[in-house]
Amino acid sequence: MKILTANRLIDGEAVWLAADHSWAETIHAADIARDDATVEKLERAGRAALCKNEVVDVNLIDIEIANGEIRPLRLRERIRAAGPTTHPLFGKQARPGISIAA
Amino acid sequence: MYRYDEFDHAFVKARVAELADQVERRLAGEITEDQFKPLRLMNGVYLQLHAYMLRIAIPYGTLSSRQMRMLAHIARRYDKGYGHFTTRQNIQFNWPALSDIPAILDELASVEMHAIQTSGNCIRNVTADHFAGAAADEVADPRPYAEILRQWSSVHPEFSFLPRKFKIAVTGADRDRAAIQVHDIGLHLKKNGKGELGFAVYVGGGQGRTPMVAKKIRDFLPEEDLLSYTTAIMRVYNLNGRRDNKYKARIKILVHETGVGELTRQVEAEFEALKDGELKLPETDIRAIERYFAPPDLPERPEGWAELAASRKDDAAFAAWLRRNVNDHWHPDYASVTISLKGIGEIPGDASDAQMDAIADLAQELAFDEIRVSHEQNLILPHVARADLRLVFERLVEIGLATANAGLVTDIIACPGLDYCALANARSIPVAQEISRRLGDQQRQEEIGDLKIKISGCINACGHHHVGHIGILGVEKKGTELYQITLGGSGDENTTIGEIVGRGFAPDEITDAIETVVETYLGLRQDSAETFLSAYRRVGALPFKEALYGSSATAA
Repeated sequence: MKILTANRLIDGEAVWLAADHSWAETIHAADIARDDATVEKLERAGRAALCKNEVVDVNLIDIEIANGEIRPLRLRERIRAAGPTTHPLFGKQARPGISIAA
Repeated sequence: MYRYDEFDHAFVKARVAELADQVERRLAGEITEDQFKPLRLMNGVYLQLHAYMLRIAIPYGTLSSRQMRMLAHIARRYDKGYGHFTTRQNIQFNWPALSDIPAILDELASVEMHAIQTSGNCIRNVTADHFAGAAADEVADPRPYAEILRQWSSVHPEFSFLPRKFKIAVTGADRDRAAIQVHDIGLHLKKNGKGELGFAVYVGGGQGRTPMVAKKIRDFLPEEDLLSYTTAIMRVYNLNGRRDNKYKARIKILVHETGVGELTRQVEAEFEALKDGELKLPETDIRAIERYFAPPDLPERPEGWAELAASRKDDAAFAAWLRRNVNDHWHPDYASVTISLKGIGEIPGDASDAQMDAIADLAQELAFDEIRVSHEQNLILPHVARADLRLVFERLVEIGLATANAGLVTDIIACPGLDYCALANARSIPVAQEISRRLGDQQRQEEIGDLKIKISGCINACGHHHVGHIGILGVEKKGTELYQITLGGSGDENTTIGEIVGRGFAPDEITDAIETVVETYLGLRQDSAETFLSAYRRVGALPFKEALYGSSATAA
């Protein structure tokens, strides 16, 4: 399973592509690609968003579903989704419903 | 300290306006990311995991109170209330919005600061001994020469697109506190037999994936030839340095592949053609720059000695701080104070806006308005009367920055690692925090003695792990973090690269492993005067390998 992530151009905020083609600030809203056709759809949307200068550094990342929630396979992406493990009050983990990276 | 002249002000302001225009055009979609990225990097703007990062230059680590207050203001207004001091004597802010960068740089320009050449394949911030101008063992203040190099290298048209980044460090004492032998060029300011100032010149040191100790190619270069000789080195590198492979593009690879003898011959030939030209530094110009760095007027304060002797006896915490965080000054009534940014269990190099403001006040009131950033991620008050040390200590206690651990096992260098950095493979800061908590008992730390632990979260070695007495390198293996230990590294006048001791350790094993190394040292040292590094150099890696992996593993 894959989702599409990027950083928002204007402020660098880590974002994920949602099903409505908006860029969500939390990973839970990400549109999950479970087959090649959907992966291709995500990639097309990413290229379009790059051209529109909404986001930069667009990447597909591998995920799993753990306890009903999206969990990136790589620690790097789990830290992007939550915030620095050293400052638990900073980053997205300060928001309700976002757990600290582990 | 150096003050901008009209030219400097106009230059920095013009550069801010230029970047403001570039940011505006980028946000309007008029230029692409591929076009914009090299422009933002030239102004210290990176994109990291959570946000942009702005790296601000602190030339040779010297700051005034006014500048420190501005950094506090930027932390408060544009960031999340803290800044991170780095191993290049710079500061990084981890959360600025791209749209705020022009305003931040405009505010910085008002206190004579900028972020130019804090990234890119150019000559980076020139670093120097953090006790420069104050140390008792110094031949001369290296900062005037660092400033001359800064002026010469700023947007130097010939050296703005080098094969790779280029780092220069200068020290003015035999005891190297600036790690010059792991720099592209290291300059050791010294006097010759006639009492004239000049430099021993080292070339081709560096860390990263191919660590190398620099080679001395000149034992004494007269000070007037500083720019001609540096230009000669840069030209040889710019012409012959590899541009086909990023990982082989630093000058250390050129020195290694060319051979020291041949490279020296090429540099000397280039220098011969340059040395009597326009780059020769007139004596009057050197002395004019030197005047900016004249020490403050330090009145006699002999009463400090008696006061210290008395208060040392009745306050163990103060006595420990005096032992560890106070260095001798050339003026006997004064000392240099290390403000540890390594509180037990804290994040190495981080300071809050309130702490930065308080340090600025302290420097203004009790330390002649001067602050330094050390490459070991601490702050320094270079000129403090011994009679005022008690007061300085008490003020530092109030802001939580009086940890008495300079040079001890908890005075750890750590790169930002995977908590922030887009290049990192593993976290560094949490490893530093856990080791600090484990070994942070004051009595135990002092019993262990001088021991430098340095941690990098990837092979780029921003955390200087290669020259840690104990180095830790974080890697990613099968999707998880793994930490390799190196032993016996050193970044001083006897620089050595640490040796990998064996297989890596998982995050929940690394602190135990470090404690094992420390306990092994305590068990084998000849006496408490034999430091970890001396003991390692005497016995080698074997006892540590056996302690970490068992004797059968080392025999296999």
